[in-house]
Amino acid sequence: MEHAIELRHVTKTFGSVIANHDVSLSVRKGEILSLLGENGSGKTTLMNMIAGIYYPDSGEIIVDGKPAEIRSPKDAYALGIGMVHQHFKLIDVFTAAENIALVLDKHEKFDLKAIKKKARKICDRYQFEIDLDQKVYEMSVSQKQTLEIIKMLYHGANLLILDEPTAVLTPQETEKLFAVMRNMKDDGKSIIIITHKLHEVLAISDRVTILRKGEYAGTVDTEVADESILTEMMVGKKVALNIERPDPVNPHLRLNVHNLSIANHEGIKVLDNINFEVFSGEILGIAGISGNGQKELLEAIAGLQAPEKDSSIVYYPDDDRDSTAEQLIGKTPKNIRDMGIHLSFVPEDRLGMGLVGSMGMVDNMMLKSYSEGRSPIANRNAPRHLAEEIKKELAVVTPSVNTPVSRLSGGNVQKVLVGREIAAAPSVLMTAYAVRGLDINTSYTIYHLLNEQKQKGVAIIYVGEDLDVLIDLCDRILVLCDGKCNGILDGRRTNKEEVGLLMTRLQDTQEGGVA
Amino acid sequence: MDILIAWILRAIPFGTIIMYGAMGEILTEKSGNLNLGVPGIMYLGGFAGFASAYLYENTVANPNMVFSVVLALCCAFIASMLGGLIYSFLTISLRANQNVTGLALTTFGMGVANFFGVFILDGRTATQSMVYKTFQTKIPGLSQLSVIGQTVFGYGFMVYTAIILAIVLHYVLNHTRIGLNLRAIGENPATADAAGIGVTRYKYMATCLGAGISGLGGLYYVLDYNQGIWATTGQIEALGWLAVALVIFTTWKPLNAIWGSYLFGMLYWLYQFLPTLMGFSVPGYITDLIQMVPYIVTIVVLVMTSMRKKRENQPPASLGLAYFREER
Amino acid sequence: MAASHEPLLRIVKRGESPFKLKIFVRLISVLLALVVDALFIYFVTGLNPFSVYTTMFQGTFSTAMRFSWAMRDLASLLLIGIALAPAFKMRFWNIGAEGQVLMGALATAAVMVYYGGKLPAPLLYTAMLVAAVFAGALWGYVPAWFKSRLGTNETLFTLMMNYVAIQIVACCVNIWRGQASGLGKLNMKTKAGWFPQFFGQRYNINLLVVVLLVVLMYCYLRYSKQGYEIAVVGESENTARYAGINVGKVIIRTMILSGALCGLTGFLIVGGRDQTISTGTAGGNGFTAIIVAWLAKFNTFYMALISFLLIFLEKGAGEIASAYNLNDFASDIIAGIILFFILGSEFFINYKPIFRRSRHETITKEVG
Repeated sequence: MEHAIELRHVTKTFGSVIANHDVSLSVRKGEILSLLGENGSGKTTLMNMIAGIYYPDSGEIIVDGKPAEIRSPKDAYALGIGMVHQHFKLIDVFTAAENIALVLDKHEKFDLKAIKKKARKICDRYQFEIDLDQKVYEMSVSQKQTLEIIKMLYHGANLLILDEPTAVLTPQETEKLFAVMRNMKDDGKSIIIITHKLHEVLAISDRVTILRKGEYAGTVDTEVADESILTEMMVGKKVALNIERPDPVNPHLRLNVHNLSIANHEGIKVLDNINFEVFSGEILGIAGISGNGQKELLEAIAGLQAPEKDSSIVYYPDDDRDSTAEQLIGKTPKNIRDMGIHLSFVPEDRLGMGLVGSMGMVDNMMLKSYSEGRSPIANRNAPRHLAEEIKKELAVVTPSVNTPVSRLSGGNVQKVLVGREIAAAPSVLMTAYAVRGLDINTSYTIYHLLNEQKQKGVAIIYVGEDLDVLIDLCDRILVLCDGKCNGILDGRRTNKEEVGLLMTRLQDTQEGGVA
Repeated sequence: MDILIAWILRAIPFGTIIMYGAMGEILTEKSGNLNLGVPGIMYLGGFAGFASAYLYENTVANPNMVFSVVLALCCAFIASMLGGLIYSFLTISLRANQNVTGLALTTFGMGVANFFGVFILDGRTATQSMVYKTFQTKIPGLSQLSVIGQTVFGYGFMVYTAIILAIVLHYVLNHTRIGLNLRAIGENPATADAAGIGVTRYKYMATCLGAGISGLGGLYYVLDYNQGIWATTGQIEALGWLAVALVIFTTWKPLNAIWGSYLFGMLYWLYQFLPTLMGFSVPGYITDLIQMVPYIVTIVVLVMTSMRKKRENQPPASLGLAYFREER
Repeated sequence: MAASHEPLLRIVKRGESPFKLKIFVRLISVLLALVVDALFIYFVTGLNPFSVYTTMFQGTFSTAMRFSWAMRDLASLLLIGIALAPAFKMRFWNIGAEGQVLMGALATAAVMVYYGGKLPAPLLYTAMLVAAVFAGALWGYVPAWFKSRLGTNETLFTLMMNYVAIQIVACCVNIWRGQASGLGKLNMKTKAGWFPQFFGQRYNINLLVVVLLVVLMYCYLRYSKQGYEIAVVGESENTARYAGINVGKVIIRTMILSGALCGLTGFLIVGGRDQTISTGTAGGNGFTAIIVAWLAKFNTFYMALISFLLIFLEKGAGEIASAYNLNDFASDIIAGIILFFILGSEFFINYKPIFRRSRHETITKEVG
């Protein structure tokens, strides 16, 4: 069968990080190929090399049977390759039509009216709803994605790459997208869809290529694949998760979140009336497809968000008594610290929020504690000791405790961050995607650290994406869907199907309404 | 009435100087490059134009004045573009910091112009090129016609080419593919790159052409506004910064540069004409204060655009940032 | 594989560049710049570049007096560089040093004009100092306030503030000179407000202050809590908020400091060097200092080195001018070329160009 594109032995490194090593894959004409892999397995980097964003260190790319040099996105366009990136490549101050005009071929005439006419035809054919004169900054996320796809179709791409297109879509929108993809496939076009959702892989694709830690792990026909086969290839040999889960000892109420609502700058509610409690000595898991309010939830507790009126987050220092309870809403992180409350927070964006990339371990250790004491001089002795200690205890690989942490590998960066947050002797510990991009060993180190904290009576909120881990590690699991609390499950009794269902389908509750 | 006319007759030529400077900088900034070398570039343009015309006149027995004008224009444009090229190479290819490179270019441009200027002056404090008469040639009948004829047609040709240039620039930026691509680069170079637009090439083109246009402002200053006089005490630097201010004032739109520059001209000469117009005399030190009005107005515009947050009036989003495709 | 279709030149970001490489690249860039400058000198003037450079050397080093003058001018430039360091480290583009210095100078001069001879000397000096620091701080505070509240572009705002300051100075000079053609030295008879002689020169006090500030600012940025906050805010506002740092407060506080130090510089220039004021009091040093601060990566000791290099060039060019009948604008050209080279050289520290050929060699090596 003819191949639309073939990659042979492609390798790409960034500094000391190997993003892709010796990857080969092929896409047949008129097929939908799923590119499956965990977060950080190198899917996007690989696709960026086809789209001309990155240039491979070695290996070759063959398009339509001919070796191709894709030096720039322009070369990719000329070869009929179009990629819809996860972060849309749109100009905010341009209208939809102007954005489409950006990708015009040189020989095509620049005529906005004609462009709109042709774009309208594409819209009608696939039933896209879009106002071509609307400015992009006025559009919703799904409208922007629609525009991106129209742009590629307009351009007549023969090979379309979609990078996690469903992450931002509602189930209905996803179905619509899949219908479009099938139509394009019938037109003889080839599609690569990057995803880590297994049911989507099975629903849409003809074949699945799996990447694991930047390397090629194999390709299977979807017909003969099922979730367990794919999962196994994705994570390597079937890892029997062996995470301990000690029973909570003497739990009492630590945090009471009530009526928590947050609107983003567009006025859309990203968190809608959330209610839950967190107890000392337990791990509360938060499950949900990424971008469903997890980030805002943790940031609200940490004092980094401005919730709507009537929201309440009450902190109980020792027991459930109301007399010592403190309201956290309206407090800055510094206020909270000054109240003597030790909230530790491992944010998702490790180098952009949790750590300062250009500083060494020592300076990062003092990020939250530097202001302690009266002296105008920052004390670096304690942080230095702490850094040395964490380096030793958690086996952080770094040339020196003063080497900028941005030069460390992802796992070591996370050890530094988690190490610091735990060293602060927290009463509440929040982690967002704590093991994302980490190898198995490091992940287990992190689970172990969390359990240690749990046994010390810390209330832990664990936002995760791996359901197996959530179910094995957490005492209770709160499932977020579309910014709403879609149920709280007992970690010991629930199963993957139940959690997965709650993640994707909003329950018909009294305040939830119908999506 | 006469005073008002006299005021306009001063304001429009003054405005034209900074209009060239600002139009060049608008083009440059639309590509995402904040070139603070405008004063240096205007020096380069002004000097190259002057020197070429002056040398031509003084070496040829019967100089052709039209040729002299063309020569001056070409030399000014090329010299300024070379200034822009240095800036482009450092900031685009070598990704040097734009602010610092621009300031260094200002130092360099002023140095080059004044250094060689001293050779031409040869001991004198000022010298004159006669080509200014050609630059200042007015349309014969129309310019004497009436008050309107005077105020509308009473200037050298570069006043009108500036207006035409602003309209052309507006059209190119907003109604052509080149303009669309350029604006896309200034807003989000990664997106433009992904769309297959040659970011580097466009940035170079816009910055060099922009520098060329800015340089014409210097040329106009020396060979028309200043009557062809080159002196050791130039005020081009202040004019260059005023041009940068005008870019903000126009909210990066060339058509606004037309009236904006004339308004700046009126404001600049306010100190001389307003008191007479109002019928009282004002001490010299007040005039100094009045001269800062253009800058105050610019600050107010800057603050207002940041307050209203209207997307169309913001600076190009990537202004001042270097672009590296493989950044991650 | 169709090798000829590979890009001729690819650019890769360096992970970490060794200290030796940094020194090497910078040395090479200065050397190359001197070669280009030599070519320029030769082609324009026909002079032997080596003898020109020798003459240049004499501009700073021929006599003790010359050296002292060079130090005097170095002090002004370096002081402003130090003042800018905290703002730039915070990634706040304070292009307004020129105006902040002028405002400080103006306040100093105003106190000298209105209170000279009326206040006892210690009180007068204190008043001059306080007024100057306050005026400079005000000029730094205004753009910082708008930046922290409205996100107003600080580069353009501070740039405009320079010209507002220049016009205010022009206005005051106009008032004070009265019918005279120029302002002349203030308090010529009483010398009220003039710095006392110190080791033979009034401006030696400025030198003392600058040496002190080099050390103090270095320590402030490196060891103090506020310096740490500045570094965090400059790196990522998001991280700063996470750490509980009040970003707006830090921006305003740092710009007040930056402006106040510029004001202090104005005070030192008027009291210790010029004893008068004009719109040229800052003399473009406000802009040059930006380049100094940037190239030194906010390390005040490197700043001293770079300032010295620039002052050396300026003095040298002046010397060439008088020796060879040129003019001292040559220093702007020579300095400009050197700055271009140093600015360009940063690229080779942060990025690594890979040429087509070298890549093939590595591939063959791997295969072999």
